[in-house]
Amino acid sequence: MTAAVLAIRWVAVGRLEALPPRRGRAVRVGDRRIALFRTGDDRLFAVEDRCPHRGGPLSEGIVHGHCVTCPLHDWVIDLAEGRAVPPDEGRVRTYPVRVVDGRIEIGLGTAP
Amino acid sequence: MSRPRLVVIGNGMVADRLLEELLRLAPDLYDIVLFGEEPWPAYNRILLSPVLAGEQEITEILTRDDAWYAERGIDFRKGVRATRIDRARRLVHGADGSVVPYDRLVLATGSRPVVLPIPGRDLEGVVTFRDIADVERMRAAAARGGRAVVIGGGLLGLEAAAGLQRLGMEVTVVHLLDRLMEQQLDDIAARMLREDLEGRGLRFLMERRTRAILGERRVEGVAFEDGETIPADLVVMAVGIRPETTLAREAGLHCERGIVVSDTLQTYDPRIWAVGECCQHRGRCYGLVAPLFEQARVLANQLAELATLRYEGSVTATKLKVTGIDLFSAGDHLGRDGEPLVLHDPGAGVYRKLVLKDDRIIGIVLYGDTVDGSWYFQLMQDGTDVSSLRETLLFGQVRLGDSGHDPVARVAGLPDDAEICGCNGVCKGTIVRAITEKGLFTLDEVRAHTKASASCGSCTGLVEALLAHVMGGHYERPRGERPLCPCTDYDQDTIRRTIVREGLKSIPEVMHFLEWKTPDGCRVCRPALNFFLMVAWPEEYRDDPASRFVNERVHANIQKDGTYSVVPRIFGGVTTPAQLRALAEVAERYRVPTVKITGGQRIDLLGVRKEDLPHIWRDLTAAGFVSGHAYGKAVRTVKTCVGSEWCRFGVQDSTSLGIALEKLCWGAWTPAKVKMGVSGCPRNCAEATIKDFGAVAVESGWEIHVGGNGGVKVRTTELLTKVATAEEVLEYAAAFLQLYREEGRYGERTAFWIERIGLDELKRRLVEDPEGRRALAARFREAQARAQRDPWRELAERAPAEEFRALAEVPA
Repeated sequence: MTAAVLAIRWVAVGRLEALPPRRGRAVRVGDRRIALFRTGDDRLFAVEDRCPHRGGPLSEGIVHGHCVTCPLHDWVIDLAEGRAVPPDEGRVRTYPVRVVDGRIEIGLGTAP
Repeated sequence: MSRPRLVVIGNGMVADRLLEELLRLAPDLYDIVLFGEEPWPAYNRILLSPVLAGEQEITEILTRDDAWYAERGIDFRKGVRATRIDRARRLVHGADGSVVPYDRLVLATGSRPVVLPIPGRDLEGVVTFRDIADVERMRAAAARGGRAVVIGGGLLGLEAAAGLQRLGMEVTVVHLLDRLMEQQLDDIAARMLREDLEGRGLRFLMERRTRAILGERRVEGVAFEDGETIPADLVVMAVGIRPETTLAREAGLHCERGIVVSDTLQTYDPRIWAVGECCQHRGRCYGLVAPLFEQARVLANQLAELATLRYEGSVTATKLKVTGIDLFSAGDHLGRDGEPLVLHDPGAGVYRKLVLKDDRIIGIVLYGDTVDGSWYFQLMQDGTDVSSLRETLLFGQVRLGDSGHDPVARVAGLPDDAEICGCNGVCKGTIVRAITEKGLFTLDEVRAHTKASASCGSCTGLVEALLAHVMGGHYERPRGERPLCPCTDYDQDTIRRTIVREGLKSIPEVMHFLEWKTPDGCRVCRPALNFFLMVAWPEEYRDDPASRFVNERVHANIQKDGTYSVVPRIFGGVTTPAQLRALAEVAERYRVPTVKITGGQRIDLLGVRKEDLPHIWRDLTAAGFVSGHAYGKAVRTVKTCVGSEWCRFGVQDSTSLGIALEKLCWGAWTPAKVKMGVSGCPRNCAEATIKDFGAVAVESGWEIHVGGNGGVKVRTTELLTKVATAEEVLEYAAAFLQLYREEGRYGERTAFWIERIGLDELKRRLVEDPEGRRALAARFREAQARAQRDPWRELAERAPAEEFRALAEVPA
């Protein structure tokens, strides 16, 4: 039996310097809205750009720790977990991110 | 490497809070051993009264289960009493024969109920009211019915009496003095309370000294010194509590009434701390939960080796937790030392007494209607000058034009479905359930769990009143100022003073120096710090866009669908056909879906997509517009009427002054939004008396009004002064705004700021001190020279239009 070859499809979305620390940017992939973040400790996160509460644009929120606060009603989303910070409840999809030669790449599910 | 061992003796509410806080600050610092005498994990002692009354079950008030301790590596000796401390060898002996060494030791032994040294005190059926075992005994006795005698007419005794009566017992309360709850109530309130409780069937025997409890094996009756005897099947001794200091005394620690501790809660042995009801701080022992939690917080901070907090004592307030009785008391309630203001309506069962001294509240007694308790208490704690409120003070906050509170003005008597927080649609029932089911104690916790008062904050007082209502005698606001946010223990004023004193020039510097608890703050503190730094160092500080709310970063107002609204500045609300034409063209060019005239006499273009913002600004800038700052904590608009130029009643040129005022002030960042108005005659068509700063023309010049608010809480302005010329109005405006920028708290509108500091203080700084006023105005103008750059032009010219687009658009 041969192992199925599954690979993450990485998509380049811009240079690292276009994203200062503690900031978010919106990225569009087809119909998908993805929010990309660089936190104060220089880690990158990508989550669905829709707050689970009322669909607010998370990419415009204030970034603190590994969280972002949605600009519409102050829900706090844990970027690593892709979850609203309790007691709020809700999930957002997360995407893997990496930097290759100063270029940010988002992983979008498996390649065919 | 082995970690130091921390031993905690006692597992009451304070010890529990201490552990929680300590593990949050320093999860791995200690190996922790916890002795708990009761055979239960931690529980909420406050809720014993509802348990006694049968309103809740014991399992509902447990706040931890055994797994909680195990998961955190705490060695929990449940049901084991510590019997001896060997300070020389640093050992704690347990009743089960165990011996545990310590490096640091915390005594949280709480208190014991006082048992009167009278014959019969050991009889079966004589109980105290302190822990779960006591409640179980009382409930078992009540199940048999019969007569209960409660000795002690204080807070605890009355709660026990009400609970037993609810369980069907016939209850008599015996009190030594002629006044119930003499530590909290004056004569009138005590009498009203007694009458209400008598109306519910409780019986009172006042001024009776108990001589003995009668009975062979079980209690049968109570005898008094005057010779009278009454029958009893259950006797509850609720004559007070005494700090539990036995272990400490036997170990040779210095004790007076309680275990004597310093401001860091340290005993005379530097390896031993004491916290909660067992300790005595600056001569006082506390029995209410809020000051004790404050102690726990300080001690956690010390044990975590941060050493940034000290405990400096607390002011306490009391509320009786008997369903249907509303009573609030704080401070010097007898008022021997001050001047009482009294409102007494026996028919309605309402009594309010405030004791004033030097125009400040020093004592509060409320009976029958306590909804304003937390407000008065805040005024008392803040030391607010109430001379200007004096005429209406007794009628409460609702009487001060507080229409925002109107639907929910009587918190205790409200139905469960009454809405408390209008912003987030939170009802009373939701909040009460969250408090009781989740064991919430603080305003922040209620905010996190329910969102009540988490938005505009106008219902904060109601939520605090609800907390007080649900938790009875055990909730108070923490003493002193609230911390800026949960990331820090410091309040805004301390932070601002430290920034200036220590020359801190950036957000990371401030966070480092003041030992922020989070790596880079939160959405509350970062914008505040950004503002503080901007005001402190107007020349050097570089604005941090990452610490700005989206609106102030993109200079537009985010809408519910993620689009933005754009409001160009129209100085004084006076426009021209050319301006209107330019606006119309822009609206059409960018297919702006909605064009709306705002309340501040400006034109709002709504529904603009973010990527169009730089283009719209470029076009608006070309037509001569600047940003209207309708999105920020900034000077918004100056509303005017047409004034003497056209109006047959106008006595001064209000439009010219309005335009000059807006030209002077636009671009200034302020602690919260600032709206202004200029009216050309006392008819006041510009509604200047509900603005933050308003000028109203009179024949001889201008009246200057400040501190109005037309928003959540309608408040009319107060008259600051009268001046002769428009130039003077401008100077006052500049000085007023600068003082507000320098001393107002972030997020605090001028109305609240002025209520906090008092109009007299404002007059002293601005009217009676012309030199100070001119200096403030000069500082404002200096800051304005830098601030009055149109952000739209800058953004449009810097042309980072791509910053306003998605970073990438990739096909699927």
